[in-house]
Amino acid sequence: METVPKPGSNVPPKKDRLQAKKKKPRRYWEQETTGTAAGASPGPPRKRKRNRELRPQKPKKNDTSKKFRISKKPRELKSPGPQRSLSGAQDPFAGPAPVSVEVVQKYCRIDKSKEVPHPKTKTRSRLVAAEAQEEETSVRAARSELLLAEEPGFLEGEDGEDTAKIRQADIVEAVDIASAAKHFDLNLRQFGPYRLNYSSTGRHLAFGGRRGHVAALDWVTKKLMCEINVMEAVRDVWFLHSEALLAVAQNRWLHIYDNQGIELHCVRRCDRVTRLEFLPFHFLLATASETGFLTYLDVSVGKIVAALNARAGRLSVMTQNPYNAVIHLGHSNGTVSLWSPAMKEPLAKILCHRGGVRAVAVDPTGTHMATSGLDHQLKLFDLRGTFQPLSARTLPQGAGHLAFSQRGLLAAGMGDVVNIWAGQGKASPPSLEQPYLTHRLSGHVNGLQFCPYEDVLGVGHSGGITSMLVPGAGEPNFDGLESNPYRSRKQRQEWEVKALLEKVPAELICLDPRALAEVDVISLEQAKKERAERLGYDPDATAPFQPKPKQKGRSSTASLVKRKRKVMDQEHRDKVRQSLEQQPQKQEKAKPTGARPSALDRFVR
Amino acid sequence: MKVKMLSRNPDHYVRETKLDLHRVPRNYDPTLHPFEVPREYIRALNATKLERVFAKPFLASLDGHRDGVNCLAKNPKSLATVLSGACDGEVKIWNLTRRKCIRTIQAHEGFVRGICTRFCGTSFFTVGDDKTVKQWKMDGPSCGEEEEPLHTILGKTVYTGIDHHWKEAVFATCGQQVDIWDEQRTNPICSMTWGYDSISSVKFNPIETFLLGSCASDRNIVLYDMRQATPLKKVILDMRTNTICWNPMEAFIFTAANEDYNLYTFDMRALDTPVMVHMDHVSAVLDVDYSPTGREFVSASFDKSIRIFPVDKSRSREVYHTKRMQHVICVKWTADSKYIMCGSDEMNIRLWKANASEKLGVLASREKAATDYNQKLKEKFQYHPHIKRISRHRHLPKSIYSQIQEQRIMKEARRRKELNRIKHSKPGSVQMVSEKKKHIVAVVK
Repeated sequence: METVPKPGSNVPPKKDRLQAKKKKPRRYWEQETTGTAAGASPGPPRKRKRNRELRPQKPKKNDTSKKFRISKKPRELKSPGPQRSLSGAQDPFAGPAPVSVEVVQKYCRIDKSKEVPHPKTKTRSRLVAAEAQEEETSVRAARSELLLAEEPGFLEGEDGEDTAKIRQADIVEAVDIASAAKHFDLNLRQFGPYRLNYSSTGRHLAFGGRRGHVAALDWVTKKLMCEINVMEAVRDVWFLHSEALLAVAQNRWLHIYDNQGIELHCVRRCDRVTRLEFLPFHFLLATASETGFLTYLDVSVGKIVAALNARAGRLSVMTQNPYNAVIHLGHSNGTVSLWSPAMKEPLAKILCHRGGVRAVAVDPTGTHMATSGLDHQLKLFDLRGTFQPLSARTLPQGAGHLAFSQRGLLAAGMGDVVNIWAGQGKASPPSLEQPYLTHRLSGHVNGLQFCPYEDVLGVGHSGGITSMLVPGAGEPNFDGLESNPYRSRKQRQEWEVKALLEKVPAELICLDPRALAEVDVISLEQAKKERAERLGYDPDATAPFQPKPKQKGRSSTASLVKRKRKVMDQEHRDKVRQSLEQQPQKQEKAKPTGARPSALDRFVR
Repeated sequence: MKVKMLSRNPDHYVRETKLDLHRVPRNYDPTLHPFEVPREYIRALNATKLERVFAKPFLASLDGHRDGVNCLAKNPKSLATVLSGACDGEVKIWNLTRRKCIRTIQAHEGFVRGICTRFCGTSFFTVGDDKTVKQWKMDGPSCGEEEEPLHTILGKTVYTGIDHHWKEAVFATCGQQVDIWDEQRTNPICSMTWGYDSISSVKFNPIETFLLGSCASDRNIVLYDMRQATPLKKVILDMRTNTICWNPMEAFIFTAANEDYNLYTFDMRALDTPVMVHMDHVSAVLDVDYSPTGREFVSASFDKSIRIFPVDKSRSREVYHTKRMQHVICVKWTADSKYIMCGSDEMNIRLWKANASEKLGVLASREKAATDYNQKLKEKFQYHPHIKRISRHRHLPKSIYSQIQEQRIMKEARRRKELNRIKHSKPGSVQMVSEKKKHIVAVVK
């Protein structure tokens, strides 16, 4: 433990160790107090070695006075040790609770490795203050994790038991009634393969069958909201920002229904739509059509924001990146293209497969993309910059549908089998070696989605809808202001108004959503240049060195020139030294590029 | 097999009765709050727009004077009391909460040139064109009593300004010389002159209380130490300074309101370069007063507007004007730093909010939290061009607007000429003079 004794307990630790060796007989009332004194801190002493301060340059003695103490130590170790009684008061929880470095890292928003180009002293001091504030905020946010009420689910086999062998029926038997009720099958053989969609709170489920059957229900209470037959082929269904509006891609046009099943709009600008995606923070409904157009419809004002021609034939594979709202389209030539409504051309094109792309999915943190193609490959790509494949695996049938869960599980629908792979944590990619769970359905899979904030995977297939139990899939703790599964109607209405007020404009969609908070160096340099041109001189330039006049005849012209010369030479030497220092760095950098670059190179320090 | 499923008890998330508040569990995990920056940007944009929507700074107009208001004074002990002197020799005492005049005194014949309150707030001094200094009680005369000054000093020359010491029973007047008076005597303790021109205003330093500064019509600002018989030093500017005001938080900083449309903030230790030149007025600046925080000051100008400047910025953050307000002669920032008063030629005293969009009255805690959050967002995104444009936009009367355009053209022409002069003369013989140094003629010690 890393609690440090208060100045009150001035027992030197060396003496304590001696005492412990001797093992003096103790009275029963002494036991508690000596325990505290001997360790000088509650908890076993070996763990102290593992403690690491975030700021090691600070002396240890300052720990008690420091406002935020951070230790690298799992939370379980924080059990309070024995306490001293009233007389020899020692607080076992002196100071604020320690927080682990990894958790703080999760909340840290600034990248300290990035240097701001030559800031002035005033700006620099402001930046330093802002960074200190940011650090404080992240520590506070990390500390608030203590208040989170729920723990994520998990599934563990006995020694050597493969979790993939565990059947749904076993899980249903083992879990509590409320959870068991989340597993259900809707047997709808008449209206053909189903597509499904969960609302953003995870409370409602909409599904549409190929032969025109559209329904929406509160799947937790199994209360049906509406059920209609649109008498037309249904390609896809998607909830808009709330469960009150439902977009259905029908054979010819895009239709929007409310939760009573009443048709509100028929959008004829979007025809022959195959796939739908809703960008909840931008209020944009992205539609991919057979005619090869990607159309963005602003549902808050009802206008088409952009209609982009992908020039790649029929579009039937589409997904959104929840991190930056970029749309990923899969094409029949094996490429995946990334689109933003602000650009007529794709932001990036990634060659993923030989043969067409069958399915694409992006994880909620926006770091990984999973693709599957006609070549029966399932590949994982890194989306941070280089778009390099991280891992690949050949599947016997090839996956036709892919989905990521909130905690990073990857589900793939292959024929009538659903496989789920799990990784180490939220941000780590799922390992494709061993599936975490498998399940065989009564029909071919036609749609997959993990339910947000629940350990449930919804599968639409030719035999109806199946709700699978996948322990550890959902985020256990929701944020009440963001999406609250238990919200009332009034709360939803208020949320709707707030969400509309802070609707992000479509022009802001780009690969890096944090770019808006960074310094625009290019236009800064441009403005500087223009200013210097306008003024006729550069106001930021340092004036050339002018020697100060000296007393007692030492200010002769010769000496002035000499002093000036000296300074100039020194500057010149500095410049040469700097350029020499830079050269070998360049060569070193050039070397690794000769070998084949790997996606992991960036982690080499 | 060990299995745990996520299973929430709805009782923990739904309120028990309708009388309870809704439960809002929070999770600050950044992955649950995507698009943090763009959403904050939009919030900041909305907050900036709302700030401009709610910017209604004008509170009240106090009318009752029968001639232009020439001078204003605050009461150091009462926030609600304000004194004003007019060009017809009338002094009025106002109650700001009731927005009413509570007392009227015919103090002088001719102008009331200066007015100041004693530090204890029990009496005040006026000087007028009739060559007298008068001391008055702050409370009105009791029943049956005549409205009479406590003391009257008859001088030889006209006094143009007066200021009281911040701690002692000493006051200073200015006219042809700066006189320092003991309250008990009818003759000045000492008189100080430097040159032979009429001095327009004198101000005591609120921190280093022995220091005082004055400005005269021979374009100089003179600093005095009361403990010495002679002035300390003076700085000569291009044009005449109308008045000065000391920073109430930083002892050595003062700001001078100049006839050349600018204000100059000086550090009295280095008078050769002003700390900052504040440019935005389009006519002579007549009065200046600091906020009690010392971070901002307000200036009144002949161009019928008042402007608020941050001390460390050369451009104003705010401009107030109305259709009926004429040349503003005097301005004061109230001691709670929330309001600004200005007296103008057309006989009115106007009361403004110092922060144009601030909501007055007691705020609910959630309202307060929301305004704080919005303030922080505005700060964070203040350099984004769209937000900057909205927050900087002010409507100006046509006269000021066209004046600004005209002066911009003139300034541009002067700068071009200077550049050409540099270009066509021997290198190094003509130097670019910075804006700060340009207006300082000399410093004399």
